[in-house]
Amino acid sequence: MSLQLQQTMQRRRGLFTTDHRTIGIRYLLLSLLAVAIGTVLSLFMRIHIVSPDLKLPLFGQIPPEGYLALVTMHGTLMVFFVLTTAPVNGFASLILPAQIGAQRMAFPLLNAIAFWLTTLSLAVLLGAFFVPGGAPISGWTNYPPLSAIAAAGPGQATGMDLWLVSIGIFCFASILSAINMLTTIVSKRCQGMTLLRMPLTVWSWLVTAVLILFAFSILFAAVVLLLSDRHLATGFFVPTGEVINGLLLDNANPHANGSPMLWLHLFWFFGHPEVYIAVLPAMGLTSSLLANFTRRPVFGYRFMVTTTLLIGVFGLLVWGHHMFVSGMNPYAGTAFALMTMAIAIPSSGKVLGWLAMLLRGRDSRVHPLPTPMLFTLGFLSFFIAGGLTGPILAQPILDAYLHNTYFVVAHFHLIMAMAGAFSLFAAVYYWFPLMTGRLMNETLGKWHFWLSLIGAYGTFFPMHFAGLAGQPRHYAQLAGSTSTLSSLIPLQTGITHSALFLAGAQLLFLINLAWSARRGQPAGENPWQATTLEWASDLAECKVVRGPYEYGFHTNTQDFVMQYAVEPEEE
Amino acid sequence: MSAIVGLIPLALSTDRVWWMPSNGALHGLAIDRLMWWNLAVLSALFLLAHILLIAALFRSRPLKQRHSDDQREEESRDRRRKVSDKLWKSELILLFALTLLYTWMAISAQRLWATIRYQGAAPQALQVEVTGEQFQWYFRYPGADAAFGLTRPELINAPAGNPLGLDRTDPHSTDDIVSSTLVLPAGREVDLDLRSIDVIHGFFIPGMRLKQNAVPGMPMHVHFTPSTPGDYSILCSQVCGLGHARMQTHLRVVSNEEYLTWLASHAPKPVEGATR
Amino acid sequence: MPATFTRTPTDIERKDPGIGGKPPVDRRPTGGGGGDDNWDNHPQGRRGPRELLTRYRLGLFFALAGDLMFFIALVGAFFVRQNAGHFDPRDNYVSDWHPLAVPPILWINTAVLLLSSGTIEIARRHLFHEVDVMEEWLGLGRPAVRRASPWLIATALLGALFIDGQWIAWQQLESQGLFFASNQNSHFFYLITATHGIHLVLGIIALAVALCALFLLRRVEMRQVVVDCTAWYWHTMGIFWVFLFFLLTCFQ
Repeated sequence: MSLQLQQTMQRRRGLFTTDHRTIGIRYLLLSLLAVAIGTVLSLFMRIHIVSPDLKLPLFGQIPPEGYLALVTMHGTLMVFFVLTTAPVNGFASLILPAQIGAQRMAFPLLNAIAFWLTTLSLAVLLGAFFVPGGAPISGWTNYPPLSAIAAAGPGQATGMDLWLVSIGIFCFASILSAINMLTTIVSKRCQGMTLLRMPLTVWSWLVTAVLILFAFSILFAAVVLLLSDRHLATGFFVPTGEVINGLLLDNANPHANGSPMLWLHLFWFFGHPEVYIAVLPAMGLTSSLLANFTRRPVFGYRFMVTTTLLIGVFGLLVWGHHMFVSGMNPYAGTAFALMTMAIAIPSSGKVLGWLAMLLRGRDSRVHPLPTPMLFTLGFLSFFIAGGLTGPILAQPILDAYLHNTYFVVAHFHLIMAMAGAFSLFAAVYYWFPLMTGRLMNETLGKWHFWLSLIGAYGTFFPMHFAGLAGQPRHYAQLAGSTSTLSSLIPLQTGITHSALFLAGAQLLFLINLAWSARRGQPAGENPWQATTLEWASDLAECKVVRGPYEYGFHTNTQDFVMQYAVEPEEE
Repeated sequence: MSAIVGLIPLALSTDRVWWMPSNGALHGLAIDRLMWWNLAVLSALFLLAHILLIAALFRSRPLKQRHSDDQREEESRDRRRKVSDKLWKSELILLFALTLLYTWMAISAQRLWATIRYQGAAPQALQVEVTGEQFQWYFRYPGADAAFGLTRPELINAPAGNPLGLDRTDPHSTDDIVSSTLVLPAGREVDLDLRSIDVIHGFFIPGMRLKQNAVPGMPMHVHFTPSTPGDYSILCSQVCGLGHARMQTHLRVVSNEEYLTWLASHAPKPVEGATR
Repeated sequence: MPATFTRTPTDIERKDPGIGGKPPVDRRPTGGGGGDDNWDNHPQGRRGPRELLTRYRLGLFFALAGDLMFFIALVGAFFVRQNAGHFDPRDNYVSDWHPLAVPPILWINTAVLLLSSGTIEIARRHLFHEVDVMEEWLGLGRPAVRRASPWLIATALLGALFIDGQWIAWQQLESQGLFFASNQNSHFFYLITATHGIHLVLGIIALAVALCALFLLRRVEMRQVVVDCTAWYWHTMGIFWVFLFFLLTCFQ
């Protein structure tokens, strides 16, 4: 390696580097830390449900508020620091400029600032475990007045403040990231890269960035209002006449009559686009990987773009389906229900498109089912499983029974935790050569896939039954309660065993990551024989002449044409 | 063999969803049927999609050969186009079918939602006030004068026996019955006035297929008709603090006579020397 | 190197902004740096000074879009609270919204802010005046900067006057006994004016930074970008204020 290149690479590893690739990898490492902590928290939760009296080493027995703190922090870590950071900030920083032929993002300094703010946000959030009172206990949704009044429960004082500050910083960092991504996509595309020649991953990052801009601003406002309620004696969310712990609260004046429903509307206006932020990049990646590994173009490129845009727009209009039984007007419930059913249509269209791509048949001359393709198929399976329970929950009359039961837990874990996670795995296995120049181990990868698939279905599918039986969420224990709930203990025990198995299977992934980074098989320039620009090494000048998924075209040596290649060798 | 045959009517019965507790409400049957059909259709779609997914993996395209002459090249391109068209047509037809399915689901559910939630209870429904506190449900019956007495938040004092803050100086509150279990007569519509004094609680009776959040500062009404006598659990379905899992009580649906007996036995006795 | 690596300056040929590169005087974006860059007749070319300006304007636009959503959340909360009363013990609905009379000084403040928009726009246009920009680009002094600086200072002074006027308005309300925590409506009044005020203070800081940048930055394109973005931010804060003021006067 030349001295110049060595110096360049060292500069890129500086602590405050603005190199998008380094920042992207650092984001992914941050998410890896968050997912590890979040998984450990969830295992504590699962163990506690079935053995509430168990004394854990170093922690002792988990009290009920400890369980609720675990739930809250698990949800917060996973939704924000794993499912928003990794697919959006992490992979976009790493891959987006390369995929549109840009040399850097539009505002590299902003990228670095956003990364360090996200790190700060994680540090503040984890600090909530160590303050007096502990972490907050009101769930990741933090409905007031439980979250607005420090006396309402343990952890609702300093712990809740730290949560709010952490999420406030996270909102700001995400908005900076979204500005960066949007400006990059709009203005830094290389010559010839029209909007309709962009890979579908870039389209999904575009729509996701717009959703982030809208949703996180609203969350920021809600966080500011809640902090104001907690410390400036305003009453945005707390009604008059509250009696907590025997104390009559009056917010220092009798006219501070707030409405908890305001928080619900503000939070869910953010909360629903948030789940689309988590899943849209995964959908774009799925289309790309299915094209790559079936060696055929994406089935209906414009159709996929349209459905992505529709999901993005509709996603902003359906937040009320989290609030059917919350005290909202039942007529509004009908409106949100119809809108939510409407969003099922573009989602189903995407699934049908992906199935069509598979049904067209694979060219099995290329390595039959490499690990990224396996995880993409896993994403498809979980997306179908989790997505199909969506229409049930979209009907208010059925949601009136299933709201806040384990049925909902099953639904969002299948679709966010498992489908989202599987697409993150697919992305890591797929783009590993770009991060390290090596391929990940296929055998370990296949074991990882199959064990995770079995573990995931084993963990989350039975939760549907617990939900149908009426088991509510956030219950620290089932023993000693009504017979309907304690009869579910065997089911929950099975789920816990499966969850431990699933978590154990992830060790294979970690081992694979660590081992392959140093000793993995060196990858060539374009190990997956992909057409998109991130695989084009050393582009002196980027000029795109065709669409992003030109697979299936034979030349003398290969069956695909890269986006920038001037002519295929045949014809 | 006969056991399996005997189980078939149970599996095919659309009135009972596997794992759901038995239904005790008048509108519950319609809800259970709707749930059954939804689950059946969606499970079928799940299986069908996975069959397609797995079957597709076994389908391997032959290697695309380069043809020596232009005519065969054009023929193969035509064939590919025809396959592509067929796939498009089937995808659009399937999408249209799914749209119709979702529309049916939405409309059938909305009809049921409208009958249950759009209107209030009938004027002759039994009135019960439900109050959620950390971590207990209290139920208040209006008593013989059919009116709820005044409550004031500053009077709330559960240890002293006044969890709802009843204002004893109000004549209407002398006959109010406060109980921590809900007792209702079968067959009569009841209108619940849901309140909370501290945080948001979720009032959930699985057996009555009823759930509604109790929001402080926002009293709201839900109504239902318990039809089958029995004992049903009442759970809290919105996380409300460290006692959330403990916040459970019972609904007892009894015959009318038993209900009146219960009411009479719980009526507060007039306090000695109380003035009217 | 894989395409995901940022290429360092030694890897790409940077067009030196001297003779041979494009001076930033063209209003319409044409192809930058060469004639055959104009693929599919897109009006925008690549890496010229106009593209630099567009990139920063886009970034600012998206940032302000997010900011707008933040203000919309506050305004939405305002309307929800306005229409949400409570039930008294006899189950009668009682509205507890107490509209307050907006202190008249706010009208003066609004006029001051609109005037400051005018001054900063003049400053911005000086920075884009072709003859002056060509002189700066050729290194013959800084006439555009000289002409724009007084207007920037004037804008900053007017902005400070606005903030001072808002503070006086708060003091007037407090002397009437209406504090932040007095009632629901006052919460929103103070919150809305404070949030806008904070944004405006940030704008004044940006003006100060822009003023320094005008003398410290070496490329004329960057000087244009700094002043242009500050100006658009300022205008947007002015427009936001007009809407918020309208809300506070007519919709209480």
